[in-house]
Amino acid sequence: MSQVLDFKPAAGTSADVLTIKDLKAYYINDMFGVRREVRAVDGISLTVRRNEVYGIAGESSSGKTSLIKTLAGAIRPPMQVVGGSVKFDFGGKHIDVYAEPRKMQAARWQNLSYIMQGSMSVLNPVRRIKHAFNDFAFRHMGLDRRAFRQRVESHLQKLGLDPNVLEAFPHQLSGGMRQRVTIALATVCEPEFIIADEPTTALDVLVQQDVLGLIKEVQGRLGSSIVFVTHDMSVHAAITDRLAIMYAGRLAEEGPTQAMFDNPQHPYTAHLIASLPRIGDVSTRKSLAGRPPSLANPPSGCRFHPRCPIAIDRCSKEVPEMLPSAIGGRVACFRAGEIAVK
Amino acid sequence: MSNLLELDHVTKVYPVGGLFSRQTIKAVNDVSFSLNNDKPEIFAIVGESGSGKSTMAKMMLGNEVPDQGRLVFDGIDIATIRSRRQREEFMAKVQPVFQNPFEAFNPLTRVDAYLFATAHRFAKADTQEQKERVTDEALQRVGLSMAEIKGRFSHELSGGQLQRVAVARALIPSPKLIVADEPVSMVDASLRMSIVNLFRSLRDELKVSIIYITHDLATAYYISDRVIIMQKGVIIESGDARTVLDNPQHPYSIALKNAVLPPDPRAASAAIRQRNLGVPVA
Amino acid sequence: MFKVLRDLLRYNREFLFGTLLILIIVAIVIASFFAPYDEMATYAVIPDMPPGPEFWLGTNSRGQDMFWQLAASMRNTLMFGIVVAVISRIIAIVVGLVSGYVGGKTDQIIMAFNDTLGALPNIPILLLLVFVLRDQMTWGVLAFTAAMLGWTHDSRLIRSVALSLRTREFTRHAAFSGMRTGQVLLREHLPYVMPIVFFTTMNNLIWAIGLEVTLSILGFSDINRPTIGGMIYWANAHSAMVAGIWWWIAVPMIAVVILFLGLFLLAMSVNEYIDPRSRLARMGA
Repeated sequence: MSQVLDFKPAAGTSADVLTIKDLKAYYINDMFGVRREVRAVDGISLTVRRNEVYGIAGESSSGKTSLIKTLAGAIRPPMQVVGGSVKFDFGGKHIDVYAEPRKMQAARWQNLSYIMQGSMSVLNPVRRIKHAFNDFAFRHMGLDRRAFRQRVESHLQKLGLDPNVLEAFPHQLSGGMRQRVTIALATVCEPEFIIADEPTTALDVLVQQDVLGLIKEVQGRLGSSIVFVTHDMSVHAAITDRLAIMYAGRLAEEGPTQAMFDNPQHPYTAHLIASLPRIGDVSTRKSLAGRPPSLANPPSGCRFHPRCPIAIDRCSKEVPEMLPSAIGGRVACFRAGEIAVK
Repeated sequence: MSNLLELDHVTKVYPVGGLFSRQTIKAVNDVSFSLNNDKPEIFAIVGESGSGKSTMAKMMLGNEVPDQGRLVFDGIDIATIRSRRQREEFMAKVQPVFQNPFEAFNPLTRVDAYLFATAHRFAKADTQEQKERVTDEALQRVGLSMAEIKGRFSHELSGGQLQRVAVARALIPSPKLIVADEPVSMVDASLRMSIVNLFRSLRDELKVSIIYITHDLATAYYISDRVIIMQKGVIIESGDARTVLDNPQHPYSIALKNAVLPPDPRAASAAIRQRNLGVPVA
Repeated sequence: MFKVLRDLLRYNREFLFGTLLILIIVAIVIASFFAPYDEMATYAVIPDMPPGPEFWLGTNSRGQDMFWQLAASMRNTLMFGIVVAVISRIIAIVVGLVSGYVGGKTDQIIMAFNDTLGALPNIPILLLLVFVLRDQMTWGVLAFTAAMLGWTHDSRLIRSVALSLRTREFTRHAAFSGMRTGQVLLREHLPYVMPIVFFTTMNNLIWAIGLEVTLSILGFSDINRPTIGGMIYWANAHSAMVAGIWWWIAVPMIAVVILFLGLFLLAMSVNEYIDPRSRLARMGA
């Protein structure tokens, strides 16, 4: 069941949908005389191309969720952007997220949508599914009620969902079905950019396989770009074209997924890949020394140096820049490529 | 050859539906297996949500009673444990490790409070100095130390570290059995192996048996001796772990194995393309 | 402890103002111990004098210095309110936490009793008590009875928090750590319950004082012992407003407003400080 691309990019658009330059976003908490500055996003630059699945990997303390919120312009005090810029190019429509907040508001759901962890954060438990579609998508489509309903039903069918699901309440569906409804909801307006934040993390393994397959299929059909955030490297292996590794608010490495798995340049990437279990292999996996970094008080120089197996003196004093890597990506490490894998 | 834990045709039924439609679901349906007392082992219960594995965990810990059948631990039927003294004797031998370490520890309480309480109740530590000594020994066994953990709150530690503290706490009473309900599913993928390796060493060095409940076949393969696979409350396949997982027979087990994402991009993208072939997904 | 107070005073304006207002009240109450006149005496000074340099708050038609009357009244009323609030708090916390945690039949029985008691109308019961006991009615008995009537609503609030805490994983974890029920309730659950307790204490205090004022205005208490309500009763009895002695009514009312405002500000700011969510935010969670 193959489909032609449902939208064609307008003339005069660049190949990049998202450009982030030196973004810094901190949580600044000032309560009862205690001031805490948590540097969740500390100088990140990256671009996401058209029609690509771009993964962001990292552990829980890496700041990747804050990065996502900052991307979407969905941050609130005590979190604020203290530097840098986030710019979108939705098929010719250029928006600077923090300079033009109103344009960004109008673009939501139509050009930029989200798939969250936990479908219940999107679906209102006391309203039927069809109301969710009405609330989120109706005003963007410019169709009358009946045409809208037909469009939604055909969209659901293309995703392998029974259109009767529209009449159901969220609790009547299983977790997997709900997540699929969430994906349908996020893609019904055919957005150019989708943010997926740990969409399969709490799901069973069979459901995860199904949901990931669905996401990949929809992405291929619509030609949208997806930023997919998860700590699970196997999920990145399954679905992403390019992958970025985040550590303590900064990027450690970025590159084409297959190349990163075959030949990781940064020691942290190498560790993340080596720590994955595989069926058929019972050799002992080593774990990383030290504690996860504190974003309020990060280590000096390269933030990974206290736990790095190949750290040298320079690593604690200077901050490594993101430079082109040997595998066609970028890496921020003074000893890039020197880590031995497996 | 006595049994450490024996489940004998255990069934647990839950009522569902509202006022006018009283239906029931069998969360656990006629399950039987046993762990023997002589050799410590890691026994994995694999299943997805709705398979009944969490209900099994609750029954094994004595938080629920079965509607049919019995659970017998060390010769005592768990359902007959009533008095506080009996309950504390039971808890001294069976300890849990919960799924979500950030929920298991009260965010307002210091983490060591749980360890000290366990030391006081189960290891006869009365003075602060004794409690700290017992706690430190337990923490060393999981690769941590009192210096790292003392005075800390749960948000100051990572999920992996917290889980290790939870395991250390479970070890203080020197239990014979640890029931770990999805202990690594909420922990970052890269930190999971340290916890899983820890379970291996608990079995080998401390001779503790572990019931390892999970939906992750890869880690089950890695450490378990025997495995049972559950679907909708019924055991559909069981046996030696390597045998069952290298070569599953039941279609559901095969589908489960095929759904595990290998850590290689080519194989993993092939795995997700395989979806919807085989067992219908909920 | 002092660091907490200092932080609150320095950074929280509500707490600062609340403290100032309450300090005024406290100063007045302390002054009552140094009164030159016996508080029950009448016609000790020139009656009906307006506020001025000699009598700061004027005098009333019974020949009592308003300032010293106020001091004594405030002391008595406040003591009544505090006794009621403290006793009913303790009962509410114990009943709410235990009932919510234990659950099952015990919970149902306790809550049935709770709701029955709560359905009883307060003022008529107290009036009944006053009529029955008449001369043996003392402030102590009244306070105790009011305390018995004042805990039912709040125990339900606390119970609802206890119910939600019971199902949280850390409660099970605490049980397996060998903590006994009392320990779990006190150490693990109480911090979550404290914000509600604080808020309801303030409510309860206001309710108790209001009760006292109501009964006194109606003349159903020992009106010779000065209380805020008593002052208003006597002012009405002497038709103060008609006679132009406005300060007799104004003084107790303004004092009560200052008291309640101060309590409110304090309660709000301390509540925010001890709320688990704000505590966690400050700890850096």
